[in-house]
Amino acid sequence: MTTAQLIHYGYGDLEPLMAVMTGDEKHGPAATSTLDVLWVLYDRVLNVDPRHPDAPGRDRFLLSKGHGPVAYYAVLAAKGFIDPSLLAGFAGFDSPLGHHPDRTLIPGVEIGSGSLGHGLGLAVGMALGLRAQRRTEPRVFTLVGDAELDEGSNHEAIAFAGAVGLDNLHAVIIDNASATHGWSGGVGTRFEREGWSTVTVDGRDHDALEAALTAPHAGRPRAVVAVVEPKDSLVTRSPANVRPTGVPSAG
Amino acid sequence: MESMRERFVATATELLDSDPRVTVVLADITASQFAPAAARHPGRVINVGIREQLLIGVTGGLAQAGLRPIAHTFPSFLVERPFEQVKLDLGHQDVGAILASYGGSYDMSTEGRTHQSPGDVALLDTLDGWTIHIPGHPDEAELLLRNSAARDDRVYLRLSAQSNAEPQSVVPGRFRPVRNGQRGTVIAVGPMLQPVLDAVADLDLSVLYAATVRPFDAGALRHAVRATGHADIVLVEPYLAGTSNREVDEALLDLPHRVLGLGVGRAELRRYGTAAEHAAAHGLDPVSLRERITGFLR
Repeated sequence: MTTAQLIHYGYGDLEPLMAVMTGDEKHGPAATSTLDVLWVLYDRVLNVDPRHPDAPGRDRFLLSKGHGPVAYYAVLAAKGFIDPSLLAGFAGFDSPLGHHPDRTLIPGVEIGSGSLGHGLGLAVGMALGLRAQRRTEPRVFTLVGDAELDEGSNHEAIAFAGAVGLDNLHAVIIDNASATHGWSGGVGTRFEREGWSTVTVDGRDHDALEAALTAPHAGRPRAVVAVVEPKDSLVTRSPANVRPTGVPSAG
Repeated sequence: MESMRERFVATATELLDSDPRVTVVLADITASQFAPAAARHPGRVINVGIREQLLIGVTGGLAQAGLRPIAHTFPSFLVERPFEQVKLDLGHQDVGAILASYGGSYDMSTEGRTHQSPGDVALLDTLDGWTIHIPGHPDEAELLLRNSAARDDRVYLRLSAQSNAEPQSVVPGRFRPVRNGQRGTVIAVGPMLQPVLDAVADLDLSVLYAATVRPFDAGALRHAVRATGHADIVLVEPYLAGTSNREVDEALLDLPHRVLGLGVGRAELRRYGTAAEHAAAHGLDPVSLRERITGFLR
């Protein structure tokens, strides 16, 4: 056991851990959109053990939306998967912690992500693979963003998982209203109409998130839409920074 | 004669019965042929429908869960359409899988460009860690599939309706000397062996047979070239011409040499007809091969 794991970190320690990477004492909604969901997953939901990150019976968590991983690394450090001393080297040449996570470099990280729209398909494969080996205990969770759902690959996975009733699969959709063309009726409808058990909750409410992530959903995959502050909420909406329809944003 | 596709289905079905790691992932293509296996192994024969990004994503996830997935469809839809999934969901995740395509470069000669992918091998060749098998006969396809199923790495098995009359005794990863000569060396890949042998029957040439092109058996090539009088090498590949020229150059880095890379042309043909007519249009029939090879030799 390392020294890091002897220290007990709480939710209040996440901002200081993030600050080591970003140099900012306070982080805006964009940097922390995933923070509460990640904390609730690792603190209350996932059956994972930093001492045995490859245990066959563990739950799998796949960060599909690999952009802005600072909150993810802070949670992994707080929970003993990575040594907090590594955070200071964030994105350096010798650091295992890049702007997009790499599963081969960080214990407990299930997938390398960055290109959007890959996590859900991989999660479907993992859920099928566990089922084929009659492993009924492990659950598979993947975190996607509402803008990430623009990628068509997600919709291949959503329709298939619903059709085959893949009930060991869970998707958490962080909805910060960042999809350029939005989702009419809300992102949850895309899952619901394909047969998923779907619920929309406050993405900052830990008790509501825990309840949503652990509620029974026999015979159906589960989608939890976690609504947080709109990504552009702090930006003044002037004609100069409203993107014209159909023109991709830079970065 | 039984096709490579039929042998693939029969062999994969046997592997499903005997090896609990083996899992077949389909995107509707060949699904009906796998129906008996799917009835016996419902969790290990997975048809995702016409969803090729998901085909590869699921394949990557199955591999991470500890299974040995075999993903199968036509090469256009297995390698080209979901190429980023091949790059990231398999390579970047550092997991293994078998991608088994059926259709070659122009098996579906009447279907047009949408169902033809002579660039599949060149495209995969931009990635790290792929073993690429090009069997020339159903017996070789079976041997290479069984060999691949017992491993953990990334394997592309390119099956085709084009086939040699007789199987070669294949050792996975090795070139096989078929005949010896003095004027140069021809490397015939997979189904190109028969037309090459017909083309050079009376020429004083060495012929190496390659059912595996990655890794490239540089040792066998060097050995063959040293035994001939001229370091003149002709590559005959059943996909994009010149795909393996770089490998020949690297194998013979310390030896002045000449290379002629023959294969499927880059220009879109926009013709239908038979596979034999496509082979002739690309200069891969015995008469054209003979003319191009003799024109190159000194």
